[in-house]
Formats: sequence, C-alpha cells, structure tokens
Amino acid sequence: MTSSDALVETIRARRVPFPKPHFLSATDLNPLATTQILDLASAFVELNRQSSKGVDILRGHTVVNLFFENSTRTSSSFEIAAKRLGADVVSMPVQASSVAKGETLIDTAVTLNAMRPDILVVRHASSGAAALLSQKVGCAVVNAGDGRHEHPTQALLDLLSLRRAFGDVGGLTVAICGDVAHSRVARSNVVLLSMMGARVRLVGPPTLVPGDADRWGCEVFHDMREGLAGCDVVMMLRLQLERMTGSLAPSTREYFRFYGLDREKLAWANPGAKVMHPGPMNRGVEIDSDVADDLSVSLIQDQVEMGVAARMAVLAALAEARA
Amino acid sequence: MTVFALLNARLLDPASGYDGPGAVLVEDGRIRDVLRGACAAAPAGVTIVDAGGQCLAPGLIDIRVKTGEPGAEPRETLKSAALAAAAGGVTTIVVQPDTDPALDDPAGIDFVQRRGAALGLINVRAAGAATRGLEGQSMAEIGLMTEAGALYFTDVDHVIADSRTLMRVMSYATAFDALIAHRPADPWLSQGAVATSGELATRLGLPAAPAIAERIQLERDLALVEQTGARFLVDQISTAGALETLARARARGLEVAASVSVNHLSFNELDIGDYRTFYRLDPPLRAESDRLALIEAVRDGLIDVITSAHTPAPAEDKRRPFQDATPGAVGLETLLPAALLLHHEYGLGLLEVLRPLTQGPAGLLGLEAGVLAPGAPADLVLFDPGAPLRVDADRLRSKSRNSPFDGRSLQGCVSRTFVSGREIFAA
Repeated sequence: MTSSDALVETIRARRVPFPKPHFLSATDLNPLATTQILDLASAFVELNRQSSKGVDILRGHTVVNLFFENSTRTSSSFEIAAKRLGADVVSMPVQASSVAKGETLIDTAVTLNAMRPDILVVRHASSGAAALLSQKVGCAVVNAGDGRHEHPTQALLDLLSLRRAFGDVGGLTVAICGDVAHSRVARSNVVLLSMMGARVRLVGPPTLVPGDADRWGCEVFHDMREGLAGCDVVMMLRLQLERMTGSLAPSTREYFRFYGLDREKLAWANPGAKVMHPGPMNRGVEIDSDVADDLSVSLIQDQVEMGVAARMAVLAALAEARA
Repeated sequence: MTVFALLNARLLDPASGYDGPGAVLVEDGRIRDVLRGACAAAPAGVTIVDAGGQCLAPGLIDIRVKTGEPGAEPRETLKSAALAAAAGGVTTIVVQPDTDPALDDPAGIDFVQRRGAALGLINVRAAGAATRGLEGQSMAEIGLMTEAGALYFTDVDHVIADSRTLMRVMSYATAFDALIAHRPADPWLSQGAVATSGELATRLGLPAAPAIAERIQLERDLALVEQTGARFLVDQISTAGALETLARARARGLEVAASVSVNHLSFNELDIGDYRTFYRLDPPLRAESDRLALIEAVRDGLIDVITSAHTPAPAEDKRRPFQDATPGAVGLETLLPAALLLHHEYGLGLLEVLRPLTQGPAGLLGLEAGVLAPGAPADLVLFDPGAPLRVDADRLRSKSRNSPFDGRSLQGCVSRTFVSGREIFAA
C-alpha cells in the first residue's frame, strides 16, 4: 500500500456525517462535529499536497455552484474541492442570466431542483437567501455567503488554519478588525470561534463596529491599540472602498492611520501573533503589504489552501449525512 | 519677566467660585500661585504690577470666531482678529473652518494654528469641518484633524440635513472622543429666511422662518446624540422653544452642551428697525421673549458657553438691501462689555457672567486655561466692569467694522490682557 493509499484509507475512516442537512450557518455545527470535520479536512490537506489528489467519495454526485454574486476565489475553491472528491460540478454564475430576465430566486431553485443535484453551493447578495433556497430544494445547500449574514465555510477554514498554527484555538484571543458591520465573515467567525473556546474581540470605528455587537458575547473596541493588546490572532476584514470615501470612514489614509494593520500596530498584539485576512486584500488600506506578505506572521496564504480542504470536508460530510 | 505678581486685584475665578481680593503670582508663563485676601505681599525680587483694585479674571475663551484667513484676508486676517481679541480680553479663539479652502483636513488645521502661533499674541486654535467641504455629504478626516489639534468639529452655519450623515459623523467621532457642534435650523423652513416669522418680518416684507425651525432640528439632533452617545454642542441656540427642548433632554440625563452668541443676549428683532443690516444675523434676531429666556438659561446654567460669533463682513457686503446683506457681526472687542449687560441689567453675578466665557468653554474643549489656579497658563484679563464705554466701530481693530453695538453705550473696559504671562494689550 502506498502512502497515498494509506491517506485515502485515513480519509474513509474519518468520514463523518454533517450534523444538519444543510450548512447555512456556523450555528449548524457543534464542537464535536467541528473537531471531526477539521480532522477530516486535515487529511484532505495532506491529500491535496500529493501529485495525485483524487478521492472518489462523491463519485456520481452532482454539485451545482450557484453564484448570484461575483466571486472568483470562493467559486473556484468549491469547484476544485468538489472535483477532487470525484463529483460532477456545474458552476453557474447567475447574475447576468436568468435573474436579468426576471426569474425569482425561488423559480431558479425549483428549476435547478428538477435537475436533481445533490449539493447546491449558493452565494447571494441578500441575507437569508441560502436559507430560503434550502426550504425549496431537495438537496443539501451550502451557504457560500449570503449578504451580510454568514459565510460559514470561511469560518471553518479559518479555524482549520488556526488549529494548524496554534494546535488548539481554546483560550486564544482573536481580534476581528475592520468592517464588522457589513461582514458575513465576521458573523460566522464570531459564532464558530466562540463555540470552540476562543475569546473574540471586535475592533474598528463605531460606524463599522456596532456598539451593541457586545451582545454577541464579544468585547468591542474602537481603539486599535486597546483592541490588539493581548491578542494572539489579528483577523483583518476587507473594507469595501466605497465605504471609505466619507460615508462610513473619512478617507483611506485616515482609515489606514487608525485601523490599518501595519508593523507598529501588530506589535501591540502578543509576541508571535498571527495575521489573517479572508481576501481579497486592499493593500495599504486595511493591511500593509509588509505584514500581509511576511510568512512568519501571515496565515493568509494558508487560509486559501485550507479553504479547499475545509470545503472538501464539508461536501463529504453533507453527502455522508444523506447517505 | 519670568516672575511677576499682580497685586491689589479683585479676583474673579468662576471655577473655584472665588470673588474677592487677592493677587496672582506668575512664573514662566504659568500661574505659580493665587493668593487670596487683601494686601498680600509679593515675595522679594518679584516684579510687581498693581491691578489698582480692578477685576482680574481668566482670559476669555471665544469658541466661535471667523476670520478671513485663508481665503478672504480683506475681511479679517488672523493677525487683525488676534489684535481685536487681545483688546477685548479674549486670550483664546477657536477659528471656524468655513474658510476658503475649508479646514477639512489636517493640513488646514495645522496651517491656521501655526500661523496663529507665529503671531505671538493670543492662543489661536481651530475647529475642523464635520463634513468634507462643509457640504454635509461625506465625513471629514475627524481622526487626523484631532491629531493635528482641532478642538471640535462643525459645519458652522451649514446644516447637515441628511440625518444619516450626521449620525455617522457623531458615531465615528466617539472613537476619538471628539466634540461635534451643530447649529439647529431646519434647512427647509430656514431656506432663504433672513428674519424670524412674526409681525415685524411681515411688516418689513422680509423672507422669514418660524422660530420652531430651531426646535424641530434640535429635537432631531438630540435624538441622534442619544443614539450615538456623541459629545455634542448645540451651537448658537436662540429660541425659547429650543431651550425647553434642551432642558427636557438635560432632565433626562442627556449630556449635551449649548452655546449662545452674545448678540442674541443683547438684541431682539425690533433692533432691525428700518432694515439696519448690521442686525442681519444668522440665526436671525428673535423676539424679546426669546432673548429674556436665553438670559435666564445663562443664569440657570442651561447654557454653557457665550460666544462673540465674530463674523467680519466688510462694508460693501453690509451696505446692501437687508436680505442681500451678508449676515453676521464682529464681536471680539465687545464680547466682555456686552456680556456684562447681564450683570448690570439682569442681576447676574460677575462669576455667573464670566463662567460661560472662561471655565465653560475650557471644560468643554479640555483646555488648561480658563481658571485662576496654580499651574494654569497665565492667560489673564484685567478689567473695570463698571467703566462706561461708548462703542465706536471706526476704532475697532478688526479689519471689518460691522458691529451692531456701534454707537451704543456699554459698561466694562479691558485695561490689560496677558497671554502666558506676557502682556499683549494695555489700554
């Protein structure tokens, strides 16, 4: 038996059913299932680093990527994940086609459902869209980002990256910094990181970090120095540039001065603190290239790699739950 | 002159509530000691300045001063404004950001404060624009301007009509503990108005806005303060209705400050008389009942700050039909005697009059000045509160002479002004 065969055996042994029929929110997970799915994902990481990456867990399954919003990174990450599991993948960028013709989300769902896919990966600009779809189709639905609500596979891949960097996230202090108000990544991470025992802080200007966010069980800081003091992880969020021309922050230079992550601000965090970013980055706005590209502190490249493995684990677990 | 003593003075210190004989010992630009009681002898070797029994108070702090620098230097320069301030016993001014270009970035704040400091006269500070270009659309660089030394943020006479913009400005400012000032005036009711609705405006045929335009906007502004938790200054309150709104908010525990211009404590709409454009002010002059309510609000402490609302406008901008004339009045030199009217005519104590001119604005803006206490900057004014004064606009030091007090008889003459222990004015 080659090492590759052994790995495939490991993967088969670690197969675990997803706790819910759909993956719509980080709240669909529980600590045990999360650990098991991450264990499975770790095996996929090893597999993905081999020259022969295929495993036929999803052979014969059809995965449809239904993206109502532009996304190259997430869409291709899901597509690669499904293909490596042996599934047939159809990627449908919808924004220009049927929606323009006036078809409603439900119509699209019903039409697709009639084609009998097994897993539907959905991204939509409206919060709650993935949940609505899940009520109308017979297959498993994965939320790949719904408006400002959630992006649960991102939280899972972030957790996988952290677990590999720190061993255990329990007891870590994680600062999520920037445009929390509009971030689905932040919402999913708050849920999952808290569930796994990390302390979560939210840091940013009051226009981007709602003051009542402390009701999520997070500490809220509007001062970066206070917010980063004692942190093990600094997770920067992407800031839409149009929000920085005066509506929510005065200018990119002011934003960078007070909330952009550079060496000076990173030094306020704990020694050895790691930097994360869900991408794509606005260099020189929320993060300095000097920090983003320093592989001794930045997990940003890892996050992309972990994305494929984490999504393979999610797809496999959802299929397992329906087997 | 590193050490000198001002002896034989009547000390007036609103912060400590002391009104009585005493002396102030000044060393290296700061107050070294405040000696209370009569005939305090100065330590040996100290230069002695005899105050001659006059009143010695902290120098006045005027938080709403317009100059023409940069952009309209023929109206007023920082230097002419500083000279006028010195003559009026004003030792700190806060320059308004509605210059050309507007003070909406850190470079503008830095420019004004550096130019002001280079004069070596009074303390010249600046307020920053709350929105870029004072246009009420997008927020200005409040954080960077705070770092550059801006004391507060305001769009001056421009109303931020868009509630969402003002809410975001207020919310954002909390991260820097920055003070936002906003003038309450419903922009639609006030559009084009040059007077307050009423018999006079009707008779004169002037475009007018009802007094409730102020209260309506104030209700909105205070609701936004409640929502955001911002530090807030109600800029230039002028109507009895708005004072009631303010009092109710205070009673609910909302911490907001309020300012009034000395003009609105001194005049009412009848002063407009026969279209006298020196009484074209913004906000417009109100009814006598409003003026009396404002005086009571100063007495009750509902109003924290009295300003001169110094707004220089050259003769060519004032010698026009009333509704075409530029609004505003100069006031740095007449601020103290005009405010003393509240003492002479309405029975307020000298400390009650001085508090909103010294300790009030200093506390609001976090300034060290405004008190007679060891360690504070030796910014001082020596004045005779009872001395008669006939205002002659032609003798004002401002480059513009648009004073509504021209020809009026007031009481209160400044005899000496000190900034950081240096005498910058002597009558």
